[in-house]
Amino acid sequence: MQILDIIKTYNLTKKFKDITAVDNISFSVKKGEIFGFLGPNGAGKTTTIKMLITLLNPTNGSAEVAGFDIIKKRDEVRQNIGVVFQEPALDTELTGKENLDFHARMYALNREKRKTRINDVLKLVDLEDKQDVFVKNYSGGMKRRLEIARGLMHYPTVLFLDEPTLGLDAQTRRAIWEYIKKMNKEEGTTIFLTTHYMDEADYLCDRIGIIDHGKILVIDSIEKLKNTVGNDVITLTCSDSDKLVKKLKEQTWINKIKQYDSFLTLGVEKGDEKIPIIIEIAQSLDIKIKSISVRKPTLDDVFLSFTGRTIRDQETQNNKEQALPPRMKFRRQR
Amino acid sequence: MFKTMELQAIYVMWLREIKRFIRSKSRIIVTVVQSLFFLFILGSGLRTITTGNLGVDYLYFLAPGIIAMAIMASSMFTGVSILWDKQFGFLQEVLVAPISRISIIIGRTLGGATTALIQGFIILFLSIAIGLPISSSIGLLLTFIFMVLTAFTAVGFGLILASKMRDFQGFPLVMNLVIMPLLFLSSAFFPVTSNSIMKNIAFFNPLFYMVDGLRGSLIGSNNVFHPLIDLAVVSIICIVTMFIGSYFFSKSEV
Repeated sequence: MQILDIIKTYNLTKKFKDITAVDNISFSVKKGEIFGFLGPNGAGKTTTIKMLITLLNPTNGSAEVAGFDIIKKRDEVRQNIGVVFQEPALDTELTGKENLDFHARMYALNREKRKTRINDVLKLVDLEDKQDVFVKNYSGGMKRRLEIARGLMHYPTVLFLDEPTLGLDAQTRRAIWEYIKKMNKEEGTTIFLTTHYMDEADYLCDRIGIIDHGKILVIDSIEKLKNTVGNDVITLTCSDSDKLVKKLKEQTWINKIKQYDSFLTLGVEKGDEKIPIIIEIAQSLDIKIKSISVRKPTLDDVFLSFTGRTIRDQETQNNKEQALPPRMKFRRQR
Repeated sequence: MFKTMELQAIYVMWLREIKRFIRSKSRIIVTVVQSLFFLFILGSGLRTITTGNLGVDYLYFLAPGIIAMAIMASSMFTGVSILWDKQFGFLQEVLVAPISRISIIIGRTLGGATTALIQGFIILFLSIAIGLPISSSIGLLLTFIFMVLTAFTAVGFGLILASKMRDFQGFPLVMNLVIMPLLFLSSAFFPVTSNSIMKNIAFFNPLFYMVDGLRGSLIGSNNVFHPLIDLAVVSIICIVTMFIGSYFFSKSEV
């Protein structure tokens, strides 16, 4: 039987005491795609992964990975998944090659397979010349690469990557992205990743789910998500936004208007031609435009339009919530 | 297929402990040198006062106690390595692998016990090299059995503590706090029988039976119980400790 949905969840929920970390989420990941969970820290991404990889039991709901139930068929699920944890999970007292070899043994690969496969995955992440070096002497990027290689050792159907480039420098991040793309293409491995970096989701993922406060706000391909914002995004600040918005709402060529605390965003076609028109309208109303810009929509705009905040605002707020427990309870219970 | 996988898992966990042990030169050297300090400095210092009362050279009286001490020390390392894995995430990697927790525990325990025994045997051979008289070949065989049982008990003890503790910096300190009095009251350094209060406490001390058994089988004198009685007690202690240790470890959260 051919399984088209590698991951399928049904109302998956996880509660820790009175906090609902993952709230009734249902989604599916198709075979061969790179699917990303995008959301701020504390949104419930890691908790979701931990349930899918059988390290946590869901409070409610269920899920299937590679066609196996995550509660009833743990061993089959484990056999089919590779995991790269958020925190490095390597044995630093062993060499890179030994880490891979031990992993392969735990997944019952025979001697010849182990040998060829170790060479294959080391080649994929360009660590062949470092294979006999102790992992404690690896750099952060090398550790990540080794972990990705290890996750692939046993030919998993799906590879879980929890914040794969967290804490790495820009160059190394690029390199890691290339490796992820490469293995998705060459090995046909389905990839489920979580990230709070917009650029990472944008570059890597075929489809993303935006997750916040344990809930999925939207799931779609990146292109379609960007289209919901408009072909071009005009951002402007002015002296009287309420008045301007009222007038702009009468214009048929504006696909979408969103008003935030200090600025407006407009989704339009051919944005650069629309700027003079907007300025004219503003002048006719005696409104001063302080700044105006046009750009192609990014995932930031998508995130903004679905959550009402940028991901950075959201993170500051999550951090505040952690500092003030009573407020957090209030928010989460909503 | 299923069975080979579990065997492989046990082998991997064992091999990992051994590799880490062999590579950690400081760990081997410290344990051996520390034991030799006790044996020679403490032994030589006290032999002049004690020899008359014991009927045997104090150095020889002390040797079985030091062997037990060296083995117990490695239970600490088993515990530290478990906490280490928790702290640095390696445990998660093991827990998502399609192997049973029992295999993980068996592998770890075998690994820990093997390293404990290596340390114990180093001290045993050094003691024999400096002239420790061996009571009989059966006695030597019994010594080996006691050492194996002590090693497994020590590892089981490490498992229990490591499953219940999270703070891996405080772990060695707590371990020392527990092991030191147990060692003092085990007749490892001096006979506890001369003091009736101490003697009564010693009977509740698991380590006492290990040291007493080791002494009875190795040098054949100054033991309180017949080695076979000690053997029975130590076997029970070993099984119970291992059982509790495995249970706690399998229940411990990542």
